[in-house]
Amino acid sequence: MIDLKGVKTLSKQEHKTDRKKEAGKKEEEGGANPKTAEKGKKIKEDLDKLMEKIDDVLEENAEEFVKNYVQKGGE
Amino acid sequence: MIKRIMGTETEFGIATRNPEALDPVSTSLLLINHYPSLPSTRVLWDYEHENPLLDVRGFEVEGERERPGPEYNRLLNKVLANGGRLYVDGAHPEYSTPECTNSRDVVIYEKAGDRILGQCCEHAGRIKAQDPLVVYRNNTDGKGNSYGYHENYLVDRSVPFEMLMRALTPFFVTRQIYAGSGKVGAENRMPPLPFQISQRADFFETLVDLNTMVKRPIINTRDEPHADASKYRRLHVIVGDANMAECSTYLKVGSTAIVLTMIEEKWPLPEVELEDPVRAIKEVSRDVGLKSAIRLSNGRGYTAVEIQRLYLEAAYRFFEEHEADPVTRDVLKKWNEVLNRLQEDPMQLSREIDWVIKLELIRSYMEKKQCGWGDARLAMMDLQYHDLRPEKGLYAALEKGHYVDRITTDREITHAEQNPPTDTRAYFRGTCLKKFPKEVYATSWSSILFDVGNGTIKKVPLMEPLRGTESLTRSLLESADTVEDVLNRLSM
Repeated sequence: MIDLKGVKTLSKQEHKTDRKKEAGKKEEEGGANPKTAEKGKKIKEDLDKLMEKIDDVLEENAEEFVKNYVQKGGE
Repeated sequence: MIKRIMGTETEFGIATRNPEALDPVSTSLLLINHYPSLPSTRVLWDYEHENPLLDVRGFEVEGERERPGPEYNRLLNKVLANGGRLYVDGAHPEYSTPECTNSRDVVIYEKAGDRILGQCCEHAGRIKAQDPLVVYRNNTDGKGNSYGYHENYLVDRSVPFEMLMRALTPFFVTRQIYAGSGKVGAENRMPPLPFQISQRADFFETLVDLNTMVKRPIINTRDEPHADASKYRRLHVIVGDANMAECSTYLKVGSTAIVLTMIEEKWPLPEVELEDPVRAIKEVSRDVGLKSAIRLSNGRGYTAVEIQRLYLEAAYRFFEEHEADPVTRDVLKKWNEVLNRLQEDPMQLSREIDWVIKLELIRSYMEKKQCGWGDARLAMMDLQYHDLRPEKGLYAALEKGHYVDRITTDREITHAEQNPPTDTRAYFRGTCLKKFPKEVYATSWSSILFDVGNGTIKKVPLMEPLRGTESLTRSLLESADTVEDVLNRLSM
């Protein structure tokens, strides 16, 4: 049987999306907690390494390549 | 509750450096005919029971049914040792997984398919060394041409289609929040934007129809069960993206299977009726912050996460009263975790969910290069994310560098390339092919035909997808030395 713990059950009130409230929330976003920030930093360092890798593998003449990628519709 | 049979079909995009040299049909044929590990190159695909023109609404549309002659049939169709099918559909190479019983196996067999296409590419590339072939597991060329990714679920025929349609529409419109592959830009006459959640949302123009190539519907009505039509229908889902991220495929297929089980068991499902599903599927795709409300017919508004949570809550209640297998339990847990994080901040899922992984990658690149959304390299990254070559694909690079979470292991994928699932009729198909490669004359999803000599072909119908399993046929197949033995024992 399933353990229901951890399932956030929404109350009816919460189901209603208050657009004004959401709009206000958007502006507040961005202030992450320290733990997330630390994790974020680690990811960032990893990503820096990855960016170098991307430059190595990314097709040359990206614009030309993307322009030439034309497929027939399928299904 | 019937055990759910499921599987997927993926059409791949293809490219070469020299676009003038690319005829898509012959390139697709070149690709699939270079797969080196087929049990037999002589097997035909048996089209007898195929009819994609039949509509669940009780009519058959006009059109030509595919019936290629034997030589062309063999060029078009490769039946795989794992029970799946590699073929050319129109102008694309396509791979169908064998029949599976759970979403984890679907992920494994999809990944095995990617490896198969990767090998086709490598081997076909040897004869065109100057002009490497590239295969993409995506759904669009970014210029208004889309190719499909279809999911198939066996459903109890007694469930009225109308009921399926009503219950599935809000679910399909919103599940892209964890199942979208992400796309740079817009197409099909939709207003421009930098990035959206789904590859396919721009292409859906109607709610219900039989079409898959033009005026695509959210609910497809093809009625071709590939099984006993009096007992089953095969729900043909064309609304999804092909995913690279294992977690996205796992949740997409797993959550859909759960919703279908609840529909079959007449379990109360969320009563949400979207005011305009076709508009909503595009709105959801364009809302990467996941905060906008979708308008319901009753004038209220729910976010996509809230609608998904209603389905999840129904599922938790359902499985308080019903037994759940381990994969279903795990899907429920992950579905819940993912929805919680999508609600908080979707960018937390940059190891699990395709569109978030892609968006995070592109944003990081933009920051590093100080470039804007107009930079052509970003569209290139979008495309190359789906490149199946291990040394060139961006998703492949993320996987190799452990930047993304896995559901499967490499060992399972390697095994799945040459071995069928054990718990469906795919076991019988794949095992017969491996054991009697010369005698298998033709196969389809619902039959296998043996050449018993003297020009005699004998057909074994496989109309029951849950039969032909390892537990039912292994000892029979192991102890049979010849095809005659198999046929004799089956008829006993």
